[in-house]
Amino acid sequence: MPTLVFLEDHEGELVKGSLGVLSKAAQLGGDVAAVVAGSGVKELAPEAGRYGAAKVYVADDPALAAPLSQPRVDVLAGLVRAEGFDTVLFGSSVLSADVAAGLAARLGAGLNWDLVDLELRDGTLVGKRPALQDSVYVDVGWRGEPRLALVRSGTFEPVESGGEAAVEEVAVELEEFSTRAVMLERAHAESEGPSIEEADVIVAGGRGLGEPAKFALLEELAQALGGAVAATRAVVDAGWYPYATQVGQTGKTVAPKLYVACGISGAIQHKVGMQASGTIVAINKDPNAPIFEYADVSVVGDLHQIVPKLTELVKARG
Amino acid sequence: MKLAVCVKEVPEASARTRIDPGTLRLDRSGAAALNPFDAHALEEALQIKEGSGEGEVVAIMVAPARAADSLRKALAIGADRAVHVSDDALAGSDLVATARVLARAVEREAPDLVLLGQQGADSDGAVLWSALADLLRLPVVSQAASVELGDGKVTVKRQTEYGYDVIETPLPAVVAVSDAINEPRYPSLKGIMGAKKKPFETLAASDVGLAGEEIGEPGSRTEVLALGDPPSRGEGLRIEDDGSAAEKIVDYLAERKLI
Repeated sequence: MPTLVFLEDHEGELVKGSLGVLSKAAQLGGDVAAVVAGSGVKELAPEAGRYGAAKVYVADDPALAAPLSQPRVDVLAGLVRAEGFDTVLFGSSVLSADVAAGLAARLGAGLNWDLVDLELRDGTLVGKRPALQDSVYVDVGWRGEPRLALVRSGTFEPVESGGEAAVEEVAVELEEFSTRAVMLERAHAESEGPSIEEADVIVAGGRGLGEPAKFALLEELAQALGGAVAATRAVVDAGWYPYATQVGQTGKTVAPKLYVACGISGAIQHKVGMQASGTIVAINKDPNAPIFEYADVSVVGDLHQIVPKLTELVKARG
Repeated sequence: MKLAVCVKEVPEASARTRIDPGTLRLDRSGAAALNPFDAHALEEALQIKEGSGEGEVVAIMVAPARAADSLRKALAIGADRAVHVSDDALAGSDLVATARVLARAVEREAPDLVLLGQQGADSDGAVLWSALADLLRLPVVSQAASVELGDGKVTVKRQTEYGYDVIETPLPAVVAVSDAINEPRYPSLKGIMGAKKKPFETLAASDVGLAGEEIGEPGSRTEVLALGDPPSRGEGLRIEDDGSAAEKIVDYLAERKLI
């Protein structure tokens, strides 16, 4: 099973999620190679060896400087065709998901996404994917090669196996349409703000709050509980609360002992950022909110009534 | 300015959905609705059209015949025209097979901008745009938090794991918008009545030049092997607030020494 793992880089480092997938690939066995595609990324290659790649392909080109998917699809398509990889694995992220789906279309390949496990059954790769708000786990397979898989973020931890990788540079040839999009501004690392990753208790708010000022209710509850306040993408995009507090696919991944979700529907983007929390309390007026599928305490009601009362009761306990 | 919006139908949020243990496909026999995430793409298209004062919004759907009502809803909300690719031969199409059909249907329209929502509420699939763009050989930007049309170009602010990027691409292009980008409008009574008179085109797979090996199950390279139960979180507690919800939450947390 010659396997290729796409390694994403960000500000001079390989992204943890993709190293986790590489470690998993190494555990499954077979020939495991990795590919790094960017500008000035050559020195990252040896690190991939430590996480289990026998060989690392490096596509180093100024045209790959911006984290855009399409030039990377060109690089991977060329590599898969030239080297005959039968499996290509990705750790999910905004960039990697777009690369994986573009590559699937280019190669006419099967892509299974959102996988939470990978295993070999009688030598055949099988993936596990949660479906229907994670109420069902589906075993998924591939018909034909190459098999493409996107692994849900945070699924596999990177494990150093201490190997050394051979490094091979790859010529970068790009399709014209792949270079049309240009990046005018690039996100900078972590802006300042309160740290929610260390908190034992998180009180999080979503669109159900109704207006930005209502975050005050959550701040009071968080203070009473000795916790931090977090937010969903919807309200961060709307400018209600800082990006640094965002939990979810494109925000932070947190695992506090207690997570109180207020006015959050709990779609998959949010869920992947907080599902490892110890106890999840969800307050939402919509009885069909997806978050109730995985909350430990599902409260159907008006958070504007419940949260202030909750704060008072917690305070009263001292 | 011609805007294409790709939409799909999903089971209604209140419906108890299940996967048919026989076919291993989603059981779509229950109540269905327009994918709520696609409503944001449609809203964005309508706002772009209204902002420029001219243009056409075409809603495109690849789905079984019974999904036509959801596509009509896109007309009721404000799309000018609908294209429904519907064919028994499409059953069982996976991501790439679906993208092939959608790409052909979009190509026929030659739009300036193709908009998609950020995921299907049923499958949680969130990658179709990228497959579609590759087949169309067009630039793509996903996770759009804002979309601004300029002279022959579009500027997109997207959110990634690291914050906000700004990406510019010439038209035509494919853009997938987040569900935070706007607040979708509801269809008005006038819109619902008017939808009946709007052009609604139904196409077979052969009408978009596809058949046999490229679509449906034969054209799909992924398969569902089996269904299983998720790891249990234990029985959850459900509280319908009658004024005592806060007390019940506190009791629950105190019992578990969380407060």
